[in-house]
Amino acid sequence: MIEEKKFVTQYRFAFIDEATKREIRRKLLKAIAIPGYQVPYSSPEMPIARGWGTGGLHVTLAIIGPKDIFKIIDQGSDASVNACNLRNFVQTMTGVETTLDTNKATIIQTRHRITEEVLNEDQIFVYQVPQPEPLRSVERYENKTRQMHGEADYAKMWVSLYEQFVRHGDIMLGAGYPVKVNGRYIMAPSPIPRWDIPNLNNSKAIHLFGAGREKRLYAVPPYTKVEPLEFEDVKFHIEDFKGIPCFRTGYKKAFLDELYYDDGSKHYVINDSNFLDKLVNKELPQQHENSYLNKLGNEA
Amino acid sequence: MKHNSENWLLKVEGLTKIYGNPTQTSIDKTGPLFDSNICPDSGSIVACAQIDFELYPGEVLGIVGESGSGKSTIVKMLYFDMEASGGQVSFNRDPYIGKNILNLSNQSKRAIRNHLMGMVYQNPRDGLNFRFTSGGNIAEKLIMAGNFNVGTIRDKSKQLLEKTEVPVPRLDDLPAHFSGGMQQRVQISKAIANHPPLLFLDEVTTGLDVSVQAKVLDLIRELQQELGVAMVVVSHDLSVIRMLTDRTLVMKNGRIVEKGLTDQILQDPQHPYTQLLVSSIL
Amino acid sequence: MQPILEIVNLNKSFTMHILQGKIIEALVDVNFSVAEGEIIGLTGKSGSGKSSLMKCIYRTYLSDGGKILFQSNEGTIDLVAAGDNEILHLRKTEINYCSQFLSVIPRVAALQVVAQPLLKKGVTAELANEKAMETLKALGLQETLWSGFPVTFSGGEQQRINVARAIIDPPKLLLIDEPTASLDPKTKEVVIEMLLALKKLGSTIVCISHDEFTLNHLVNRRIHLEKGIIIN
Repeated sequence: MIEEKKFVTQYRFAFIDEATKREIRRKLLKAIAIPGYQVPYSSPEMPIARGWGTGGLHVTLAIIGPKDIFKIIDQGSDASVNACNLRNFVQTMTGVETTLDTNKATIIQTRHRITEEVLNEDQIFVYQVPQPEPLRSVERYENKTRQMHGEADYAKMWVSLYEQFVRHGDIMLGAGYPVKVNGRYIMAPSPIPRWDIPNLNNSKAIHLFGAGREKRLYAVPPYTKVEPLEFEDVKFHIEDFKGIPCFRTGYKKAFLDELYYDDGSKHYVINDSNFLDKLVNKELPQQHENSYLNKLGNEA
Repeated sequence: MKHNSENWLLKVEGLTKIYGNPTQTSIDKTGPLFDSNICPDSGSIVACAQIDFELYPGEVLGIVGESGSGKSTIVKMLYFDMEASGGQVSFNRDPYIGKNILNLSNQSKRAIRNHLMGMVYQNPRDGLNFRFTSGGNIAEKLIMAGNFNVGTIRDKSKQLLEKTEVPVPRLDDLPAHFSGGMQQRVQISKAIANHPPLLFLDEVTTGLDVSVQAKVLDLIRELQQELGVAMVVVSHDLSVIRMLTDRTLVMKNGRIVEKGLTDQILQDPQHPYTQLLVSSIL
Repeated sequence: MQPILEIVNLNKSFTMHILQGKIIEALVDVNFSVAEGEIIGLTGKSGSGKSSLMKCIYRTYLSDGGKILFQSNEGTIDLVAAGDNEILHLRKTEINYCSQFLSVIPRVAALQVVAQPLLKKGVTAELANEKAMETLKALGLQETLWSGFPVTFSGGEQQRINVARAIIDPPKLLLIDEPTASLDPKTKEVVIEMLLALKKLGSTIVCISHDEFTLNHLVNRRIHLEKGIIIN
């Protein structure tokens, strides 16, 4: 057949061409050098549409090596469609080993969650970011927001938090709560729940953020201070599950999902699927250490 | 005289703003003598040029002139809303003594705006963020000055609203739902939130109806006396100038044509243009 | 003794640019001096230059030439050549001008208008109000008017507010234009007495008046002007 002769049937390792990978790696190094700073990058075309995790995929494919062990979660689950498809894609393009085990993975790509299990120094956490600009809600012009970051002019961001408190009695940011990284840049942590924010602080792992549609990369290097924005008298707090335990494990110190059964009954279950499996198998995974979690009651 | 001639708060020398590509002689070929601020050779517009004056602490200086005379341009450059084409502006406060504040970094400029200056614009939309509540607008200034306590911010905002005679229960309302006079009061609250030694007022009563105008002017005068803040009052309205200011600069075609004590400007104007202006008072 | 005010070769003319540069001579070679504690009466017909002279001293008018030497607390100052800020400082501290017509900020109560010079000096509101009430009472202004706006008052009432404001804080030099015009004879006497009391406190007064009674009872010396020239 003529097509077989004309077209390359073999993709290169990790899909992206080497020059572009190097470009992404250079930008990642810059991002790590300036914690929380958004670095523009090329955002090459991928076989999936922008806005479907291309940013995270760019980062993963640019840094992955044949010996890496890859895990990917979507909203805490290894089994959701987005996670499965991207896992298959990365596996096909690299041939690397994939895993569901948080502890075993060297690269973990995620959408909207950080794993409950603590990360270590050998791990890289890769986020798919829909909106990298934390100031977008208060300033719609990109040239202005870049200037605001450049000059650490964050009063408007603070006023928007003040306004939320005044209108609702609390800061109503469920996901993507803005954080200050290394005492300098305000950063969008991607839409992870407030529950996960304290786990970014002083983390042993490297956290890399990729926003494919917006063409921005940024990073939190290991052992970096990450603080949620809070007033002296209006504090940041994590989601309150009011002491309700996971209905399968009875565990209280994890982020819970609401499940509705066909009979209309409501159940709470641990959102992080690998963590849940480990608890069910009585493996007792080690969790992140933070003051918010420490305050919660221990597992039943 | 010894008592205060060196104690100026703000000193402006040769402040100039030109739009377009001026030639060497653009400034020489424009101004009141030519009755134009458009350079005949290059077409560049000399919005204002060779502006010199000093402002003393607690003093109220008026800038008067017709539309397009460059009076607003001056305060916009001094408040860093607009970049100057040239000139030297000194601010006699640590740590800016001996520096041309026009050449400072943006961060330093913002520090000056937050701590040492306040601005009240003609259009409240320029000075207020209409998506924030009036309290939020005041909070912005307080936050910029390093106040991160919601309780304190709200207490201070309430005091400021009380001082500017805005009903305190409207603290959490959007300024878009306020009358024009009340919007100006919120702007004034915001401008004085950090007790700056210098306040710019750019046509603040233009567009308000007469009785509201009068009340806003009363408020400004009372605040000036109470806080002892220096003010630069830009207005085309000589009665505003007469009521508020000690000294006045008269502008025409981007130049100062006359400066003096306000009562002298109004009663013994020297420049033909000032005489025309004064004789035009209704 | 050195005069507190010495006027040397003072000239003032107005160039009316709107009237094709027409020049109006207001004062021609005016020379005189005023000793400390003196009360000078400026007399002359309307348009003879009395008010112009006074406004030149106060610097509401810019003089064309000559000198106006004033012995301030900080030395001799030429009011013709002094900087605007020096003049503003003197107006706050040493020289007061009381015009023929009350020109006050609208919508401020009479009592506040009178108390203002003291408030500007930093006297407490309580003390300033007390002093203002005292002064207004002495001038026989009804108490019901104290909280009213002077703009709405009759000529005589306005005049008393004006005088009260001028004398509440005794200045070193008081320039006062027609202090007793539009007053009834009794109030006229009160005003004259108050100005004499001011003199006792050490103020020097330059006063314009057409009123023979006032001139006879108040001033030490008269200076008569005709067409901008002093006639003795």
